[in-house]
Amino acid sequence: MAKMLQLPLRSRQQWASIALQAALIVVIGGLAYGAFINAADNLAKAHIASGFRFWDNTAGFDISQTLIGYSPSTSTFGRAFWVGLLNTLLVASLGIVLATALGFTIGIARLSRNWLVARLAGGYVELVRNVPLLLQILFWYNAVLKSLPDLHSSISISGSAFLNNRGLFLPRPEFADNFEYVAAALVFGMATTLAVRIWARRRQERTGQPPRTLSYAFGLIVVLPLLVFVAAGAPLSFSFPDVGRFNIRGGTEILPEFAALLVALTIYTAAFIAEVVRAGILAVSQGQTEAAQALGLRSGSTLRLIVVPQAMRVIVPPLTSQYLNLIKNSSLAVAIGYPDLVQVFAGSVLNITGQAVEVIAITMAVYLFLSLVTSLLMNLYGRTVGIVER
Amino acid sequence: MAATDRIYLREAPAKLLPAPVASTGVIGWVRANLFSSPGNIALTIVCAALIVWIVPPLLRFFFFDAVWSGADREACLPSAQNPEPGACWAFIRAWSSYFTYGFYPLGERWRVDLFFFLLAFGIAWLAWLGAPRRDIGAIYFFIVLPILSYVLLSGVPIIGLPDVPTSLWGGILVTIVVATVGIVASLPLGILLALGRRSEMPAVRLLSVTFIEFVRGVPLITVLFMASVMLPLFVPDRLAPDKLVRALIGVALFASAYMAEVVRGGLLSIPRGQYEAAQALALPYWRMMGLVILPQALRVTLPNIVNTFIGLFKDTTLVFIVGIFDFLRTIEAARGDPHWATPITSVTGYAFAAVFYFICCYGMSRYSRNVEARLARAHRR
Repeated sequence: MAKMLQLPLRSRQQWASIALQAALIVVIGGLAYGAFINAADNLAKAHIASGFRFWDNTAGFDISQTLIGYSPSTSTFGRAFWVGLLNTLLVASLGIVLATALGFTIGIARLSRNWLVARLAGGYVELVRNVPLLLQILFWYNAVLKSLPDLHSSISISGSAFLNNRGLFLPRPEFADNFEYVAAALVFGMATTLAVRIWARRRQERTGQPPRTLSYAFGLIVVLPLLVFVAAGAPLSFSFPDVGRFNIRGGTEILPEFAALLVALTIYTAAFIAEVVRAGILAVSQGQTEAAQALGLRSGSTLRLIVVPQAMRVIVPPLTSQYLNLIKNSSLAVAIGYPDLVQVFAGSVLNITGQAVEVIAITMAVYLFLSLVTSLLMNLYGRTVGIVER
Repeated sequence: MAATDRIYLREAPAKLLPAPVASTGVIGWVRANLFSSPGNIALTIVCAALIVWIVPPLLRFFFFDAVWSGADREACLPSAQNPEPGACWAFIRAWSSYFTYGFYPLGERWRVDLFFFLLAFGIAWLAWLGAPRRDIGAIYFFIVLPILSYVLLSGVPIIGLPDVPTSLWGGILVTIVVATVGIVASLPLGILLALGRRSEMPAVRLLSVTFIEFVRGVPLITVLFMASVMLPLFVPDRLAPDKLVRALIGVALFASAYMAEVVRGGLLSIPRGQYEAAQALALPYWRMMGLVILPQALRVTLPNIVNTFIGLFKDTTLVFIVGIFDFLRTIEAARGDPHWATPITSVTGYAFAAVFYFICCYGMSRYSRNVEARLARAHRR
């Protein structure tokens, strides 16, 4: 009797579940189909093409910062896309490096036994975290960098670098022939140093003798390339910026948009990383620190050799999400006109072509891809710092 | 015998000596916390120098040298009495009603004030954990308030409230509307998505996971662009929503993906026994969730919900980029006013905006920490 009652009951529930899912799929599919029909209709009415043929059309607009060759009259929209993507990658990768350094410093400072240091770091974190990033970007751009002196009263740094409201102008290195030998020597030095360090680490693990690799490293990375440099006839010169009547010629330029975005992203993300680091360090039990002190390690060595390596396990996952936030937040560039992917592609290209669906889809796909790659790399790194159990 | 002569026996305990002066009180504290080692002394000196370098100029800027009243830019330019003027608060005062209401018609601004009051009432009701009948409070906040606010702000001509198009809305009003719509829409949507992600139905689970992970993987700006550029393409012309509504849809969808993850975290913290107990009582799914699981899960995760809301509140500034006059955008617009063009106008505007956002966000984070401490107390026996 019980069996007979149970059987139809369960199958009724299963049927209800299948019906619900089918209804959901029909509704979502219907909405998507309706959106597609409407979009096709609206695009036809506005005479906007569809598809990705615009990719090879001439762009015809200028971009203020290009890491690869680009000219408005001949380059294509596809080229503009790569320029924007590279600019995004540039500001995001520099931002990640700087924010990590600043964030670890602040996070460790917040736990300092020096009351003043801990309070200052805490004040920094509270202040920065509670003010919107966009406001900070606008502040750095409009209130700080744009209020620097104009071209004619540029702040000159020993006559070779200039700072004004159009940016920071630095000497640009010009590489002559034979410079490739110097570069090769540098690469060789670095690779050999790495090999020496691995060998030293192995020897320490085997014999307990601490490695002394600093002098090797100095010789290989600094002295060797310098010798090659002299031997090759000093194949390097600098092109200095020169203040003209209307603009600055020569040298290399750092745009104020770039600087403002980088500074704001670094300061903002560092505050969040500091909190991540603080939580990670607090998660390492006090006994570890006491054990290290009992072994006679100084506080710096305790932090570097005992606490931070263990804290990294806890730190890496939330740190990854901060990196992802930084990459996504770099899209705020559009507010001050730094030519990142969103500004160039979802801004200029979209306005010119009008192909909203394709352009937004590509932009979103790129950010999804970047997020995926970053998570993947950080997961690999997380595995190396993860606890190894026997 | 001779040995016993030399036994010394103390009959009363010795008087306790006070602790060394150098280890107690103010001096001891200072020595332990500021000057415990040469490195620490150096750090203390550097930090003190930093404070001396930063704080007095800030105080001078915000208070002592600030210009509190004036009719136009003349007041905020360097003068004989005030050679280096600080913040131009006169500029903020002159524009304050624009910062609050945007271009909302003068005669109708009482409606905005009433909206602020109703909202504050609802927030107080929900945020005060000891308030009576918080279930009615939730109904008020999530159902009554949105309808009332729409009637009040947008207007219904039949009952004597003339229409006010959203293009006239601006300033703090828009910031608050975007943030409120974000929270009111994202909490129920987020709960549904979180339940969907843990559902046993594969189609529901797949749709929820795809939505959540997709939205969390892209920047808010692209979602806003999508809402403002693509949404009008996807619906027939006559249904095309206005600019503010499009941004609101974008913000609501974006926030609900993040809220879903927060709610999911709360659901994960509920022990299996709770589900099993509810099933043993033969509660159907929705009653089990509504009466047993969600009340506990939401309570545990309330601090995280508030933290998400802080993020949402800061993110409302991004509607600026799709051309909506939120608070930050009104600051941007006002600082370009030639009547008030001085070297410090921009800084003043940003400082004012920063103070506004800081007070709101810091207040919320204090609240979330209090709730967290209270929950921790409740869990400790």
